[in-house]
Amino acid sequence: MGPLTFLTQARVLIVTGKGGVGKTTVSGVVANLAVRNGLRAMVVQIGAPGARHEPEAAQLSRLYGQEEALGYEAVLLDANEEGGEVAARALWPDTALVEYLHRHGMRRLSRRLVSSGALDVVATAVPGMPDVLLLGKVKQMERAAAAGQPDAADLIVLDAPAAGHAVRFLQSPHGVADAAGGGPVRQQAEEVVEMLSDPSRCQVLLVTTPEETPVSETVETANLIESTVGTKLCAVVVNARLPVLDLPASLRPAELARAAVAAGTKLSAAELESLVAAGRVRSQRQEAQAAQVARLASELPLPQLELPFCFGSELGPDELELLTDALEAAVTGPAEVAR
Amino acid sequence: MTSAAPRPGAHVVVCVGPGGVGKTTTAAALALRGARAGLRACVVTIDPARRLADALGIGEVGNEPHRVEAPSGSEIPGELWAVMLDAQSTFDDLVSRYATGPDQATTILANPVYQNISAALSGTQEYMAVEKLYELQESGAFDLIVVDTPPAQHALDFLEAPKHLARLLDNRVFRLLMTPTRAGLRALELGAQLMLRTIAKVAGGQVVADTIGFFTQFEGMEEGFRARARRAEEVLHSELTSFVLVCSPRRDTVDEALYLVTQMSGSGAEATTVVVNRCYPSYAALPSATADALAGTRLSPLVVNLEQLSAVASMQESQLARIASALPKATLLRVPFLSRDVADLGSLAEVADFLA
Repeated sequence: MGPLTFLTQARVLIVTGKGGVGKTTVSGVVANLAVRNGLRAMVVQIGAPGARHEPEAAQLSRLYGQEEALGYEAVLLDANEEGGEVAARALWPDTALVEYLHRHGMRRLSRRLVSSGALDVVATAVPGMPDVLLLGKVKQMERAAAAGQPDAADLIVLDAPAAGHAVRFLQSPHGVADAAGGGPVRQQAEEVVEMLSDPSRCQVLLVTTPEETPVSETVETANLIESTVGTKLCAVVVNARLPVLDLPASLRPAELARAAVAAGTKLSAAELESLVAAGRVRSQRQEAQAAQVARLASELPLPQLELPFCFGSELGPDELELLTDALEAAVTGPAEVAR
Repeated sequence: MTSAAPRPGAHVVVCVGPGGVGKTTTAAALALRGARAGLRACVVTIDPARRLADALGIGEVGNEPHRVEAPSGSEIPGELWAVMLDAQSTFDDLVSRYATGPDQATTILANPVYQNISAALSGTQEYMAVEKLYELQESGAFDLIVVDTPPAQHALDFLEAPKHLARLLDNRVFRLLMTPTRAGLRALELGAQLMLRTIAKVAGGQVVADTIGFFTQFEGMEEGFRARARRAEEVLHSELTSFVLVCSPRRDTVDEALYLVTQMSGSGAEATTVVVNRCYPSYAALPSATADALAGTRLSPLVVNLEQLSAVASMQESQLARIASALPKATLLRVPFLSRDVADLGSLAEVADFLA
């Protein structure tokens, strides 16, 4: 397929998966691949209603060697001479509401409405409304990109809520379009539904780890998104897979001891025990992961993009480059071949 | 917790932590641990993975405690019960309980705004989990109730849940919405009318009408709800309730966990136990001369593996140290990386062994 084809198949890539599988990391890696290809990427994180959620907000910045937590204003995380750049920002339902009111000529009331808790009221009456406002903001950015506005991003990467919430998040515009009786919100919802249904504008990138529960839930999420939202699923990222080592078939200490002697060295009992115990853990984990990757391939006919587990201390710029190499190889290689 | 002393109420254990760290499994294992110690234990799960739900026999039925039978050959001295929370029907039951009559309940249950609140409003699930917890506690049928909570971002909603409805009822806009029945729409102050008009402009007039409808229908039930929410909150903050922080030894989950610890202390809650799932064991390292000699031989992959897993283990230790320094008084329990998910009581018992 090639990186550029992968990155330009849709203007909005919605990255979602079960909690803890690495959605934010994958969002950052996709954006970094975009920079390498001279594109301008904007990562959009959805903030929890009301509060700034610090740990998550700083995670993406750290990947780019920065410390500052994301805020409503976009920050530049990286840029290169080929014109590629990564910017990132966070969106919150209440700020999206204020912006929405401003754009619709209700500037005077907006602050008061939000501070009085009217958003709670509206969200209570139309629960999908905050989601519609958030996706509406993303849609506005997408339209700017489509119109080729000078400061618009080429690719918007939406770091979406965790799987269960993501399905509800993406279903909301459909619900609101059906339920809200007229008014600008209904129109907004309909426009968002249009974006979600158009594969040239918006696609979903699923993320999982090669573990049992994440794989099961990814398959469920994929089916739900296909049947109830209709957004095209472009691929599934299999994150944090242990690199497959060619371990000896037998881990019998006596055999290993002999092999060491043949190599001109000697292993103590404790060293042998370490090698054997670690080898057992690794081979179990490798087998279990291979089985889950195979199950995912048989239950979900999507290209699999594999990213390796990082053994380093924590994810920073070095790991970002390493993971981006892996993503580049995965989208370039025969991605359709599922093992 | 001896039966000789008068029973002041069930012990409650609330499991909190980031998403994807095995919180539900830990909650179930803690309940099993209690049951094995002779207690009548019940686990309240919120969104269990299918195989865990099957293992507990709660795949189909919901919302009422279900007795989990020990497989033949193994003995559980106490009792193990499980319930999968159904937020909507819990809320429906609550409405029926506090309605002034069957008519009021029927009207409210049919109101679209009520249906939104009970099915989809963020915070409702947390509120109903606390409600369920309170209901089970009050029933006197259990000595130990273990509650699973939604992932980190929402765990605080859980602690704040009893206040949630009260806060909605106290919301100034809601109070204004309820005014019309009392004083007539004309008496509504100008500012409130403006606000209603704006909401109508944004979300449609029907939304405002339904909301006013809901709050007028809700009149008379408020006090019951409020009092119950207060009692539920008392349970959460009582001495019988303890908190277990569940996490994995990764930088991002530990960040989330520590964030939670800070937020919880603001709500007057502190975790007394930390369960760290998915721990890798530590191994003795090879002398570098030995490792060099083995490079290129068929033992080389084993040497590489040992180095890689040791790197993971040392990263893990530094993350565990962060938790230990944030919660110096807490007991830290490690559960190793399990090669298979919990799919039956036998494998749940293995997890429970690590929590002993």
